[in-house]
Amino acid sequence: MSRAAPVHPPRRGLKARHREALWGYLFIAPWLIGFLCFVLGPMLFSLYASFTNYDITSRFDWVGVRNYVQLLTQDTRFWTALYNTAYYAVFAVPLGIATGLLIATLLNQEVRGQRLFRTIFFLPKVLTGVAVLLLWLWVFNPQVGLINTALYRLGVNENNLPLWFGDPAWSKPALIIMSMWAAAGGFMFYLAALRGVPRDLYESAQIDGASPWRQFWAVTVPLISPVIFFKLITGISGALQFWSESLILTKGGPSDSTLFYGLYIWQTAFTDLRMGYASAMAWILLLITLAITGLQLWFSKRWVHYEGEVR
Amino acid sequence: MLGRLLALAALVVLSLLILYPALWMVSTSLKPDSQVFAYPPRWIPDPVMWGNYARAWASAPFTRYAINSLFYAVTVTFGTVLSCSLAAYGFSKLRFPGRDFLFVVMLSTMMIPGLVTLVPQYVLFSKLGWINTYLPLIVPSFFAGAFFTFLLRQYFLGIPNELLEAARVDGANELWIWARVVLPLATPALATVAIFTFDGAWNDYVNPLLYLNDERLYTLQVGLASFRSANDTQWQLLMAASVLVLLPVVLLFFVFQKYFIEGASLTGSVKG
Repeated sequence: MSRAAPVHPPRRGLKARHREALWGYLFIAPWLIGFLCFVLGPMLFSLYASFTNYDITSRFDWVGVRNYVQLLTQDTRFWTALYNTAYYAVFAVPLGIATGLLIATLLNQEVRGQRLFRTIFFLPKVLTGVAVLLLWLWVFNPQVGLINTALYRLGVNENNLPLWFGDPAWSKPALIIMSMWAAAGGFMFYLAALRGVPRDLYESAQIDGASPWRQFWAVTVPLISPVIFFKLITGISGALQFWSESLILTKGGPSDSTLFYGLYIWQTAFTDLRMGYASAMAWILLLITLAITGLQLWFSKRWVHYEGEVR
Repeated sequence: MLGRLLALAALVVLSLLILYPALWMVSTSLKPDSQVFAYPPRWIPDPVMWGNYARAWASAPFTRYAINSLFYAVTVTFGTVLSCSLAAYGFSKLRFPGRDFLFVVMLSTMMIPGLVTLVPQYVLFSKLGWINTYLPLIVPSFFAGAFFTFLLRQYFLGIPNELLEAARVDGANELWIWARVVLPLATPALATVAIFTFDGAWNDYVNPLLYLNDERLYTLQVGLASFRSANDTQWQLLMAASVLVLLPVVLLFFVFQKYFIEGASLTGSVKG
């Protein structure tokens, strides 16, 4: 933050400063109004609604912590949704970071055809939306899909082929494979950071006889740790909100195996119209997100290395 | 040398894995009915059914959906670029009491899950009578979201204050400086924000699904999703329609590739 920089010459008078402040408020007014109307206001409403039996039509009675108690002690689907979401986050986030980092590391080797490869690997960032989800439905088709055809060719017995979205044990792995494909498009973040690692560090590591693997862990990872940390924070918070894909692809099935937290909120709010109950769920998610982010910030002191800390 | 060859080989394999589903989509979109489920699968359809595209487009009111999608995406892009660049100017180039505090507030809103505000926003818009209109989708974009405001602020900070000061000495007001000095210098960052916003709105499924019940208001994404169940999934038509829906974004990518990639690394290397 640029607080220390002397923005204006000191000779400007009091009147000019008042005028500048007025302009300042005018310029940020769109954000401020939007924050009050679309963030703060809704959050307070949601917090209040979470203590009621609000159902959008008539009922809006105070029920105290009943929603929360019911969620935590009686609602097994709540725990299923939480488990599914945690499962997804635990696998999709690290695998996604590894995918992006692997591609970036390979591209950092001065290979031929850089531009072409970059374009190809960026495609998953561009190819999104319903069209691509429907494509995945086709890719994971148990009988004629690309993946099972390939597995069959590789010698997997016909009866052992996974049923993907047809089998509770394979539906989440299918979504995680999809997320890795999408994460390939994130290589740009890491490539930009890798380019900033000084070459001579590798040279001195080589002189010390460090293997490429050792160089990666001892030189590369510490130096790009701020980017990895950023992707970890945003990745986990994004994974906790992963759900619209399952709305389109699986509707939460089979047997609730893809009932993610967000999907359960969506169904509770807009199918069952239990807005109060859904608000309680949303607030639990907010608390989980804040707790995990806080923990990560705390842990980050041990492993995230900021080179330009004092500058 | 060996290392480089290995890297190249790995990149070729990985890029084929990336391209594989996308090419399959195009291939399927050109197949006659009988070859969609052919085993072993074939990549080059025989004959190539270009007519699938016209059939797919005619099988639902896609032209209508396309106009709706375009309207939605263009308006939201305009609103976002306008409001975020205003707020970013305020946060980067003007001093006023409480600025740093408000900036921290803005940053912290980025950690709030969208699911927390989904229900109350829906209630708000339904009380306003905005269901089945484009207002709930468009209006919020005119109120400067935190993420793009932050991105633009980072960029604006790099614009020298001397330029602004010179314009002030000449008697220009802040709005004029914002429009005539800062915006022209920030074209790359504005383009990045515009492209990502357009892309996001074009591919948005949840919000249109939530607020638009009237089929005439559907966007391409909602139309495409309902097309799947309605037509007993004729895969070659579905894939043809999907290719057509993706085409504008892919074209956008190829024309503005530089900004796409710049924007991606810009969002990754942000420092507070």
